[in-house]
Amino acid sequence: MTENHTDTGAQIELIDVVKRYPGQENAAVDDLSLTVPAGETVMFVGPSGCGKTTSLKMINRLIEPTSGQILIDGEDVTTKDATELRRSIGYVIQGGGLMPHMTVAENIGLVPGLLKWEKRRTRDRADELLDMVGLDPSTYRDRYPRELSGGQQQRVGVARGLAADPPVILMDEPFGAVDPITRQRLQDELMNIQAELHKTIVCVTHDIDEAIKLGDRILILKQGGRIAQYDTPEQILSAPSDDFAADFVGSGSKLKQLSLLRVRDLELVRPVTCRVGEDVDEVVARAEEAGEQSVIILDERDRPLEWVFLRTLRRHSTVTDPERELHTVVDHRSTLADALDSMLVSSHGGAMVTEGGRYIGVISYDTVTEHIRSAQNGES
Amino acid sequence: MIRFIDERWADILFRSYQHGSLVIQSLILATLIGVGIAVLVTTYRGLSPAANAISAVGLTIPSFALLGLLLPFTGIGVVPSVIAVTFYAVLPILRNAVVGLQSVDGGIIESARGQGMNAMTIFWRVRLPLAWPVIMTGIRVSAQMSMGVAAIAAYVLGPGLGPYIFTGLSTVGGANALNYAVVGTVGIIVVALLLDALLVLFARLTTSKGIRA
Ligand SMILES: Nc1ncnc2c1ncn2[C@@H]1O[C@H](COP(=O)(O)OP(=O)(O)OP(=O)(O)O)[C@@H](O)[C@H]1O
Ligand SMILES: [Mg+2]
Repeated sequence: MTENHTDTGAQIELIDVVKRYPGQENAAVDDLSLTVPAGETVMFVGPSGCGKTTSLKMINRLIEPTSGQILIDGEDVTTKDATELRRSIGYVIQGGGLMPHMTVAENIGLVPGLLKWEKRRTRDRADELLDMVGLDPSTYRDRYPRELSGGQQQRVGVARGLAADPPVILMDEPFGAVDPITRQRLQDELMNIQAELHKTIVCVTHDIDEAIKLGDRILILKQGGRIAQYDTPEQILSAPSDDFAADFVGSGSKLKQLSLLRVRDLELVRPVTCRVGEDVDEVVARAEEAGEQSVIILDERDRPLEWVFLRTLRRHSTVTDPERELHTVVDHRSTLADALDSMLVSSHGGAMVTEGGRYIGVISYDTVTEHIRSAQNGES
Repeated sequence: MIRFIDERWADILFRSYQHGSLVIQSLILATLIGVGIAVLVTTYRGLSPAANAISAVGLTIPSFALLGLLLPFTGIGVVPSVIAVTFYAVLPILRNAVVGLQSVDGGIIESARGQGMNAMTIFWRVRLPLAWPVIMTGIRVSAQMSMGVAAIAAYVLGPGLGPYIFTGLSTVGGANALNYAVVGTVGIIVVALLLDALLVLFARLTTSKGIRA
């Protein structure tokens, strides 16, 4: 997320922030000072009860600090009306936190509605955002949350957080409640959205791999909201500041380096592709000429549908849409760790790579292992 | 029996209408009062025991006694009937409204606050709609109870189907005694069933599809 861009995010500054809950001896957050640069994603990690959620909620004043200052874009948050402030900060929580009695469109339109947008504009915005988080508006806009899967609810939660185009978005374990495959997809989508929008995102997570993958910076907190380390993922992995940080990142930081490398940093291979409706004999001829056993089927918008062996393809005379859910697709911004995960379920020794949903090539297992080997040789 | 009904057709209909109308007016009042108190009770938690005590004690006061107490103040007429029926109708609505409002998931309220809703908006757009099915159940219980209370009130005060029943009971053995009692009772049951059907329909129309059972 370091391409040239204009930030639409705002800088967040915490200055000597303390939160002491009534009746508790130790402060939940003790003198936290921190700057989150505009347009960056900062991940809060740390053991349970260390004050991540408390710190996050002080930014939108769901929790009022006992002392200290919080500035957004240089302005003290306490000078604003709390509800006004919250309308200018996206808030995404675990499970989505959707209103069960409102439709998907009404949920997404919540903040625009509070800001008194025109009905039509609100509706169009909801459709636009559904599209952005990968849900077909005509299918989903009138559904109720209970008619969605957990992953879909979470997507709607993200869309709702983005609805009024706030410069700052706060997320509290947004992907904590979904299965690993869905989580990876949601992370990829968030990365794509962020690459486009450059919001300032503060995201709490339990998952250090998620922090490494999504964060421009990672904040590792100890009990009482004390900073163990605040740095880029690269630095956190290669130079943990103390034993606490090192322990938290965990062993196998060599393997974790895989979470730093993106698919797009490696060379992709381009096997033969074909489209639905093409004549199978022609396709087979093309593949055999290239010396390959399999081809990739694309739809009319260049999205990958399936990666099939020629013998499977020969069962029909024209190429048909297999209509199966694909698990061996990764985004070009995905980490090598994710790509390896996907390859495990592939029978082709590779994963298909997409950019904005469109197929751009294949990353092969050999390329990844070759890369790791050369990286290790380079180090020693 | 058929002749009995045939001769008093207009009167029976009119009294049924009076009965239903008394109950509906009282229900509307009782809903406003019950939900209003429930909001106070759920906002200021200290009030909760007091509200529980009142609704428990309230149900034990016999309606005859209450009417007796009211008579010196209000005299005879529609007003004391409405007061008496409303008094009893409030209790189930209050209890359900408190339960309904308290059972709204705290996470959803916080999520609503986090989106920038103020307390007022949260009440009207989140807490009330989510508690509504439970409140509606309270209103239906109230409606059934009020049918009986209204019959007693009407005996003392005049309008409705109540006097039929009491005329029947007080002239046991007389020519039309059974007719009066049966027509009065069945009439009330019919009005009660009609009102319940209306309330079920109303509940459906006013409950979001997202939380309907
Ligand atoms: N409303 C509250 N009242 C009193 N104490 C609280 C409250 N909320 C949190 N705490 C305490 O403050 C400390 C920090 O809590 P916080 O929720 O910020 O932790 P966290 O880092 O988000 O933990 P987790 O990873 O489990 O979500 C904990 O010790 C917790 O018990
Ligand atoms: Mg937390």
